[in-house]
Amino acid sequence: MPTLTIDGIEVEVEGGSTVLQACEAAGIEIPRFCFHERLSISGNCRMCLVEMEKAPKLIASCAMPAGDGMVIHTKSDKVKRGREGVLEFTLINHPLDCPVCDQGGECDLQDQYLAYSGDDNRYEEGRRTVAKDDFGPLVKTVMTRCIHCTRCVRFADEIAGVPALGGIGRGDHLEITTYQEQPFASELSGNVVDLCPVGALTNKPYAFTARPWELKSTETFDIHDAMGSSVRADARGAQVMRFLPRVHEDVNEEWISDKTRQAVDGLKYNRLDQPYVRRDGKLQPASWDEAFDVIASNVKGKKIAALIGDLCDLESMYALKGLMAALGSTAIDCRQDGAKYGGKHRVGYLFNSSIAGIDEADTCLLVGTNPRKEAAVLNIRLRYLSKRGPIASVGEVENLTYPVEHLGNNVKALEDVLLGKGDFAKALKKAEKPMIILGSGAVSHADGAAILKLAHDIAEKYGMVSDCWNGFNVLHTAASRVGAMDLGLVSDGGVDGILNGAAKGDIEVVFNLGADEIDTARLEKAFVIYQGSHGDEGVKHADVILPGVAYPEKPGTYVNMEGRVQLAPRVIFGPGDAREDWAILRALSQKLGHTLPFDTISELRTKMIADYPHLDQVDQVPKESWAEFGVTAKASDAPITNLIDDFYQTNPIARSSKVMAECSSAYEGAQFVAEAVNG
Amino acid sequence: MLADKDRIFTNLYGYQSYGLDAAKKRGDWDGTKELLEKGGEWIIDEMKSSGLRGRGGAGFPTGLKWSFMPRQSDGRPHYLVVNADEGEPGTCKDREIIRHDPHKLIEGCLVAGFSMKACAAYIYIRGEFVHEADVLDAAIQEAYAAGLIGENACGTGYKFDVYVHRGAGAYICGEETALIESLEGKKGQPRLKPPFPANVGLYGCPSTVNNVESIAVAPTILRRGGSWFAGLGRENNTGTKLFCISGHVNNPCNVEEEMGIPLKTLIEKHAGGVRGGWDNLLAIIPGGSSVHMLPKSICDTVLMDFDSLRAEGTGLGTAAVIVMDKSTDLIKAIARLSSFYAHESCGQCTPCREGTGWMSRIMNRMVTGEAELSEIDMLLDVTKKIEGHTICALGDAAAWPIQGLFRHFRPEVEARIMDYKKSRTAA
Repeated sequence: MPTLTIDGIEVEVEGGSTVLQACEAAGIEIPRFCFHERLSISGNCRMCLVEMEKAPKLIASCAMPAGDGMVIHTKSDKVKRGREGVLEFTLINHPLDCPVCDQGGECDLQDQYLAYSGDDNRYEEGRRTVAKDDFGPLVKTVMTRCIHCTRCVRFADEIAGVPALGGIGRGDHLEITTYQEQPFASELSGNVVDLCPVGALTNKPYAFTARPWELKSTETFDIHDAMGSSVRADARGAQVMRFLPRVHEDVNEEWISDKTRQAVDGLKYNRLDQPYVRRDGKLQPASWDEAFDVIASNVKGKKIAALIGDLCDLESMYALKGLMAALGSTAIDCRQDGAKYGGKHRVGYLFNSSIAGIDEADTCLLVGTNPRKEAAVLNIRLRYLSKRGPIASVGEVENLTYPVEHLGNNVKALEDVLLGKGDFAKALKKAEKPMIILGSGAVSHADGAAILKLAHDIAEKYGMVSDCWNGFNVLHTAASRVGAMDLGLVSDGGVDGILNGAAKGDIEVVFNLGADEIDTARLEKAFVIYQGSHGDEGVKHADVILPGVAYPEKPGTYVNMEGRVQLAPRVIFGPGDAREDWAILRALSQKLGHTLPFDTISELRTKMIADYPHLDQVDQVPKESWAEFGVTAKASDAPITNLIDDFYQTNPIARSSKVMAECSSAYEGAQFVAEAVNG
Repeated sequence: MLADKDRIFTNLYGYQSYGLDAAKKRGDWDGTKELLEKGGEWIIDEMKSSGLRGRGGAGFPTGLKWSFMPRQSDGRPHYLVVNADEGEPGTCKDREIIRHDPHKLIEGCLVAGFSMKACAAYIYIRGEFVHEADVLDAAIQEAYAAGLIGENACGTGYKFDVYVHRGAGAYICGEETALIESLEGKKGQPRLKPPFPANVGLYGCPSTVNNVESIAVAPTILRRGGSWFAGLGRENNTGTKLFCISGHVNNPCNVEEEMGIPLKTLIEKHAGGVRGGWDNLLAIIPGGSSVHMLPKSICDTVLMDFDSLRAEGTGLGTAAVIVMDKSTDLIKAIARLSSFYAHESCGQCTPCREGTGWMSRIMNRMVTGEAELSEIDMLLDVTKKIEGHTICALGDAAAWPIQGLFRHFRPEVEARIMDYKKSRTAA
């Protein structure tokens, strides 16, 4: 633990810290452009120069390891002159186009120039201009503004694992660009916008739409995958303009996927903003009362079932469960993908190691999953893991940006692992903290229950489960799934059973709460009530449509794949007549004569927590005790395939987004150009 | 004056073959086995006592540098890297060593590598040295064939390989860490220090990067003893040195001389004097393009070694003496150097990337006088803001020639500017 004296303040820092970190520990701000906590150190911007006693020159504090007894000065004249010089150099070829630059107002260069610059600019020679680059549909480039900090290059190499960026040329002809003009094909590409300290890389879909000081920021959570990434929603008036990542060390660090960031325009299009009732074979606008009346007259005494969508909040699911119970039905299911896990043991459907736990693991078996598409930000941690230990996969061969040993594409490969065959089984045996990740491709396989049992047995055999470690993980893709499982929204036949029942006429009424990933053709016969935010697959064959609001428009509780309870606040209000889902159900219940026992969301939450006490533990990851689950069965050798084909089109909001459609046509279908790097 | 008996590079001019037989006749590879048997510690101690300072420009004591290598291997191999990327304008000594005396270098690689427990030496040779690389390759093959290096180097049982790697024409790859990057196949950009190469160098292993001349003189020093070498030259500036004399002299040449020889003697004796006589001298850049130039008044008396030149605010550098007589347009000469550094800046760190281009553009205007008098101080301020603020020394190297020009010849630049102004008003 070295002790340093910084501007007369004595500070003790952890071994391995840099001088810059020591300065921060002493409460002294050090300006920087190239340094970033989560990227390797490049030390090229020279903005963080400080004076170290006994050193002849100023030192780059970001790159200098903190040593015991160092005496650092950060406010001396020498340092001041050094910073002034660096800022002057940084600006000589930087265009002063702040009025038309989207970074204006949140630009590191602007801020630091204000704080640390010297005199006015003395540069009167010609300035460099650089052609724009194509970084894909999400990142707008004005490379003339680039100050060559190389954060984006390091992000691409080290975090995204898609080494498409680099510098070409030298001297003041150095340009940051993509390799051979290929777009930066990563599902994490938007993060370079946050990393760029200037306006060289900005948010393309957001370009020229708002200034940061016009925006109202709300801290909330993402629902485009099951990670529950922490985000900040920036809204202007009644519209969310953009999503930015928030730091959550245990979940998303400070990255978000492109879908999380850029599907925001999906909130504008395709919205259900008033109730509809099918009359004469056509959906026609109606009032809330009319819609409720139609439902009341069609539901009474009928056999009813309910489907739960992927984006639902716990409050609406809890309310629907209560309503269904009042109507005497237990046929309610959330497993749209046909997953075979049951609701009995929580340990059987959670990502038990926790997301941060991946950083402790040393060996990993992926089954039926493409984490790059199913949880792009989680894939970053798997990339780190791949540098510590082996990763193998059963299922499809995919480019995950890191080397993966492919063991086979069906259950046979899993059986071999259980029997200890092959090198990977030996690696698992040696591993201290091995983990298995079952993706939706595995659990929704026709033999999903048998796969679950195999995974369960592999976990037991290879010591994946102990007092302090549980390496059995299910990787979910739906934000609502774990919450729905916690509420027990499963029925024997699953979603498939309900759909078949409806097709056969055994089920006469189907209440569809935002389930859009199903084959609605089988709902043709039944009376279908669709409640949701977007006019997507679910509204086909619907007889009544109740407009709910989308995720930033309502307060809601979500449980992510780890079992982490997250409370999302309302960011903006929904469009038109759309209402919060729990409130719609509460109003409907009254109409049906089974008034639900709560009038406000806080009453609902109090009741829900009374029924499910673990929901009170906000932002906690529970440790579930190990249990028996899965079914021993002879499994077929049908291949295990991944469910997500198109990363950009996985839910109604993303499908309504023009930006996501653009990404989809740019990247999907055409192969991801990225090469996996081993470095 | 260096006596012939104290000359190390006895085939500097290529009057004899570079081959192994001729090299052996000149004394190379003589008793190398016995040298190695005395042990690495002995070699390093002898090198320390010889007082040899690195010949690549910085003048860091060579023996001390070798002693920075870990004494015990932690499992990682050690490497010796020889910097033959001789790109400093005016410098051409390593070229002659490799061309005519490659066995001195190869033998030096072995003894130096042995002393630091290196398993191999990588010689990074400037890409333009096509012929020299061929010669070096041939000499290495001879040495392998004769069992001098390889599995059982000189019969000592020590395994030592020598590889040649050709550069691709970037000046910055002569900087030791950029050289390592380039050798690893990456873009030649200097690394941050610390960590220093002795800890984390080539392929992340302990490495020492030395100049060709520093390595090539090592075997002779060991054979004749560090005290012999220390007995030449002056205190702290010992031994012999190759001087490259170019520019406005009657007989441009490379010559091996004793350290501390007066600059005037060096030029008059070996280069046939300044063109048009000593009084026709305007200025001399004494140590390769990146050091401050000296006006004639200082050249009259200054001694050619590290400390004497440092006392005059310049440096010995690579001992490339660039002589400029009174026909020289000094402003244009320095502007040319500025544009060289702007072209060769790797672009990695801000002050050098932006500053070298800026300086070059101002200097180009000053050549014609198309500038303001106030810009002189601004230019000097810019050089000060580059100097010492960059990752490697290229920023300093770009700043110094300009500082040198204005230190000694500021009135000339001012006159140029005033003349231009006058010509504009007259027109």
